[in-house]
Amino acid sequence: MSGAPEVLREYGQPGAAPVIQGRHTYGSITDKIADLALERRSGRSFWLALGVTSVLAVVFAVSLIYLLVVGTGIWGLNNTVDWGFMITSYVWWIAIGNSGTFISAFLVLLRQRWRSSINRFAEAMTIFAVAMAGLLPIMHLGRPWFAYWLAPYPGKMNLWPQWRSPLEWDFFANTVYLILSILFWYLGLLPDLATLRDRARHRWQQLTYGLLALGWRGDARHWHHYESAYRLLAGLGAPLVISVHSVVSIDFAFSNLPGWHSTIFPPYFIGGALYSGLAMALTITIPIRAIFKLQDFITPRHLANLAKLMLACSFVLTYTYMTEMFTAFYSADKFEIATALDRLTGPYAWTYWLTIFCNVVLPQSIWFRRVRASPVALLIITVIINVGMWTERFMLIVTTLHRTFLPSSWHSFVPTFWDWSTLIGSLGSFVLLFLLFARFFPVISMAEMRRLNVRVSGVDR
Amino acid sequence: MDRREFMKLMSAALALAAGGCAHPPLEPIVPYVDGRDEGATQGDPLYFATALTQGGYAQGVLARSDRGRPTKIEGNPQHPASLGASSPIEQGRILELWDPKRSHAVLHDGEIASWDELMTLLSLRLERLRPSGGAGLRLLTLSSSSLTEGSVMDAALARYPQARRHRYEPINQDNVHEGARLAFGRWLEPVYHFDRALTILSLEADFLGCMPGRVRYARDYIQLRRPDAKSPMSRLYVVECMPSLTGAAADSRLASPSSRIGDLAAELAERLASGGKTSSAWLETAATDLQSHRGRSLVLAGEGQPPEVHALAHRMNDMLGNIGRTVDFIQPPIEVRELAGDSLAALVADMHAGRVDTLLILGGNPVYDAPADLEFDRALERVPASIHFGLLVDETAGRCAWHVPAAHELETWGDAKAFDGTLTIRQPLIAPLYGGKSALELLGLLTGQLGFTSHDLVHATWLARFGQERFDERWREALRGGVVPHTATPFEAAEHLGKAGAPAAQPPTPGAPPIAAGETLEIVFRPDPYLWDGRYAQVAWLQELPRPLTDLTWDNAALMSPTLAARLGVRNEQIVELELGGRTVEAPVWIVAGHADGAVTLPLGWGRTAAGEVGSAHGANAYALRTSKAPWFARGLRVTPTARERTLASVHDHHRMLGRDIVRSATVAAYRAKPDFARKEADLAPPPTLYPDYSYPGHAWGMSIDLTSCIGCSACTIACQAENNIPTVGKEQVLMGREMHWIRVDRYDEGPVTAPRSAFQPVPCMQCEHAPCETVCPVEASVHDTEGINVQVYNRCVGTRFCANNCPYKVRRFNFLRYAEDTPSLDAMRNPDVTVRMRGVMEKCNYCLQRIVRARIVADRENRDLHDGEVLTACQAVCPTRAIVFGDLNDPHSQVRIAKSSPRNYALLGDLDTRPRTTYLARIVNTTEEEPG
Repeated sequence: MSGAPEVLREYGQPGAAPVIQGRHTYGSITDKIADLALERRSGRSFWLALGVTSVLAVVFAVSLIYLLVVGTGIWGLNNTVDWGFMITSYVWWIAIGNSGTFISAFLVLLRQRWRSSINRFAEAMTIFAVAMAGLLPIMHLGRPWFAYWLAPYPGKMNLWPQWRSPLEWDFFANTVYLILSILFWYLGLLPDLATLRDRARHRWQQLTYGLLALGWRGDARHWHHYESAYRLLAGLGAPLVISVHSVVSIDFAFSNLPGWHSTIFPPYFIGGALYSGLAMALTITIPIRAIFKLQDFITPRHLANLAKLMLACSFVLTYTYMTEMFTAFYSADKFEIATALDRLTGPYAWTYWLTIFCNVVLPQSIWFRRVRASPVALLIITVIINVGMWTERFMLIVTTLHRTFLPSSWHSFVPTFWDWSTLIGSLGSFVLLFLLFARFFPVISMAEMRRLNVRVSGVDR
Repeated sequence: MDRREFMKLMSAALALAAGGCAHPPLEPIVPYVDGRDEGATQGDPLYFATALTQGGYAQGVLARSDRGRPTKIEGNPQHPASLGASSPIEQGRILELWDPKRSHAVLHDGEIASWDELMTLLSLRLERLRPSGGAGLRLLTLSSSSLTEGSVMDAALARYPQARRHRYEPINQDNVHEGARLAFGRWLEPVYHFDRALTILSLEADFLGCMPGRVRYARDYIQLRRPDAKSPMSRLYVVECMPSLTGAAADSRLASPSSRIGDLAAELAERLASGGKTSSAWLETAATDLQSHRGRSLVLAGEGQPPEVHALAHRMNDMLGNIGRTVDFIQPPIEVRELAGDSLAALVADMHAGRVDTLLILGGNPVYDAPADLEFDRALERVPASIHFGLLVDETAGRCAWHVPAAHELETWGDAKAFDGTLTIRQPLIAPLYGGKSALELLGLLTGQLGFTSHDLVHATWLARFGQERFDERWREALRGGVVPHTATPFEAAEHLGKAGAPAAQPPTPGAPPIAAGETLEIVFRPDPYLWDGRYAQVAWLQELPRPLTDLTWDNAALMSPTLAARLGVRNEQIVELELGGRTVEAPVWIVAGHADGAVTLPLGWGRTAAGEVGSAHGANAYALRTSKAPWFARGLRVTPTARERTLASVHDHHRMLGRDIVRSATVAAYRAKPDFARKEADLAPPPTLYPDYSYPGHAWGMSIDLTSCIGCSACTIACQAENNIPTVGKEQVLMGREMHWIRVDRYDEGPVTAPRSAFQPVPCMQCEHAPCETVCPVEASVHDTEGINVQVYNRCVGTRFCANNCPYKVRRFNFLRYAEDTPSLDAMRNPDVTVRMRGVMEKCNYCLQRIVRARIVADRENRDLHDGEVLTACQAVCPTRAIVFGDLNDPHSQVRIAKSSPRNYALLGDLDTRPRTTYLARIVNTTEEEPG
């Protein structure tokens, strides 16, 4: 072959942008990715990032311990606004989790092979985000130590959960979602764990990866079962992406409060979840790609594809924002109208307009090819979208609660130090988990990359 | 240790604990029984009739006693000042009793000393004063109507003829007494009959909020405010400076600086006497209305108005033929030998002059609350021996050589008169918790009867009065019922009174020309509705109870109208310096809609410096500006804004209904024309539902709240707090919006901010039949019981708070922190029938479920069904105007069913289809205009 870079093209899509760049063989793919986990000495930037996020994780731990010792009152909540930062963050995290499953499950089913480069850490992102999303509502309880009362377990008192409560549905939706995400991620990891086991030179690595690989030998039967299981889980995961967010939205829509009580909420939340999930996937992909030098596997095409999906989602959101406002005024219900006006002009109006800017206006820049092609620009945009999506949930929750039916009980919400520390701490912990994952596990599926290689170039070679 | 041994030790420990801190009084006390046997089963609460006094006037109460521990105050149905109801202050006094910061020991110069030491020292001193007849010996007490205290004091002064007694109350009846003297030539007190008056004009007389007899007056007043009754509705005109409960109840209210009210009264009197025209339409309307109800009208003046205004009021009543019909006069129930202000001034003059050798301060806190110009604290320095006697080591205790812990009124015997003179023998509920003494015991030293208890002295007084014959029976009967029958002071016969004389023709003092813009301002001092003159500052319940028209808790403020604030360029919470006659005090501004322009009101009772952790350092001390010449209002106030702020904890920030049908109201004319005006679609036919209705074969509890009757006094809020062990949370938490009151009193203003029409609305849990809280709780902590009450299962609550979010009425209260602290003495105060909630659980009103259970147990024991009115919720029991009715909706004859059958009945936010069991009766006002607001 000539010195020109070998370009692998996606099977069945001649002419599409490259999925993998560079001169790669089975061996080189495996070397590159496995070495990241096994051999590579961590660089300065890694240690710096680890240091910062560890500090934030400590902040998170301290915030939670203080919460358990002192009580929910450390936050700025009150008898009018009973949900604040924690529920905002919860919805935000669970939404971020959404995109991992979307990228894995939906795109697998739709045979979008380019997803192979990014599904692994999108899935990891899902798990860590869902873990945060699971932790925050429990900590948000007045008595977190009784969180297990939401589970239907056979107790002496014969007490059962209350099945009409959306929080109960939420409990199940989240638990199922978390379990499935872990299984899906772990199943996908198995062949790679076996590769790591086989390549590992230290005894502890061999033992750890060996145990985790569950005896994977690359047998044809293994691959056969693996393929069926993976598709099966993908098939299960796809509806979960829809259900989990529908249920989260029903936590709000089921109430009788103006601004929450709305049938558009399930699609609204699913659209929002995809949107913020894709944004977070990009926010994480872009630095990881640079730090671990994965430009060959994560090509501008991946970034552009994700960005385009994001742009599409922003239209879904724009539509729902418009519908929300339209319905409020069209309903002629004075409470709905008051809430809508409060969002537009009230004391928290800035959150509404910030949401509109971040989620509607700014993403329009993705129309430009230059923006799509620039990782830096995309990183900035996606970070802002993440902020916008968090603000959107805050706006939804707080502007509804702070002024409901009786003006006598109106009260505003002002976050305290502990609100911020818990929020920032959870962000730091999330990134810390992700860094540790990236350090010890293959960030890209070697097995899938190899297969991609086979399908695309096998004939030529 | 085996189980038996453990039980033995435990019971021993319990017995010790019980014996160590609280035990019943030594002398026999007699429970109040309402058709039930005295020998109640062990563990059931007993009620004892007694009285609590304030300003010398008795308020009859029933104190609940749980195994010897007083836990709750109820009104005494037999007492004329109560009729079963009580005011927030009486409710709060149970906390005053159990306050762990009460004084525990005799102090000498701040060091712990003993009672015997003090007795020795005092005896020696008195021995030395004896030859001179007690010259230099002074007694300073609060106003009192006690027969025993009077006779003991007389006996003491008989032994020390040169000694003098002084009586002082910061919130006193001097103007009332002096006003009667101007009119009739002697000190008298009016007793009003609001239940007979169709037109009432109040000249800054807050008869619903702070007048002696206010609880009774509220009941009387509301008798003629029943729009469903056949009788006509009375009309209330109020002219006042700072909006009061009475002003809020008014059908027509005129805001005027206090100093101008005298002019208005003079003008009105002139108009009534000789016809002609008045300067304002308001006066004209009032005058016409008064004149058309001769003999059925009433003019009354408040204690803050000068004697001349009172005299004018009497004169107008005389002209209108009201004396003997809507107002009568009696000898003052409290002992009046000289006016309180004069009495204190004379004492302080002697103190300054060094003529006081031994001063016994037997009540009150003059270092804090004496008029600033008297400089009481400096005078006190010139007194060689000063002895303070009080519940707390307060400001005065800190300046006196000696301090003696006083016993609480619920710990001692005594007697006192109600506003109408009816006598009550006060019996204690408990032996002094902290070894306090009664003032009577201390006085025994002077009479040479040392060692006599308050019981002995009261007993002796009544033995003399009742006589030997049937004494025990009469004594027991008086204790049992809480009143000595037929002791109301007889009314002065009209012919005996003579014609109410006209006061001097010139305008009342201080002369007050109409206010022009840019003029100096006026400062007005009003009692704090709950802290009173400051004596209840350590009672956290009263600190945290929102003031009716300012919604402030834990602070007072310089209250002013929006117009004045704009003119001064100040905003809410900005600290201003108030300067009056060279004295200054700093207070944050709080803008009050409806306040008179040209005046600033600074409530009394704040800025305490030695009222314990709870009471100190809240608000600004108005006494620093209050002088003996101008105790209620003064002109010449200068207001200087500063750049600083003080955050004020107001519980409601919004008072407009914004077109929502929250408080539905109409004029009486509009109501008679269209009785079902308040009913909206949802009240007539509830929207369809998917869930089947529950059936309630037994009882189905429900409540009705009459917004026409509610005067906004907040007694319900605090009675609920006492009944249900509701914690206070402190200023910081109130600021964060976390106050815990289960029933709150909302206020909505309609009309212009300069003259708003206020309506109060008590909001407890509505006990919705379709409760939004129940469907969202994932653990079934919020459920319906078989009698329709939406109960909160504290043990099951995990604290998701979705229920509170989803509650349209926002009546759910969350324990964000550990509010119910473990203070041993406060534990003893708690209602044993009600769980104390831990941190992290939701709580709310449950129709006093514990009272229903108690009543049911009694009924079951007697093998009968509950009858209507047997269960009173705490809020219902305390309500002076009986605005709250509770009962069984299944009983076709129950009061609540009758109330709900009124066309005024409506459900708050009924179109949400929550189907609340608590509904409201629309507010009917008797304005002259067409439609209110």
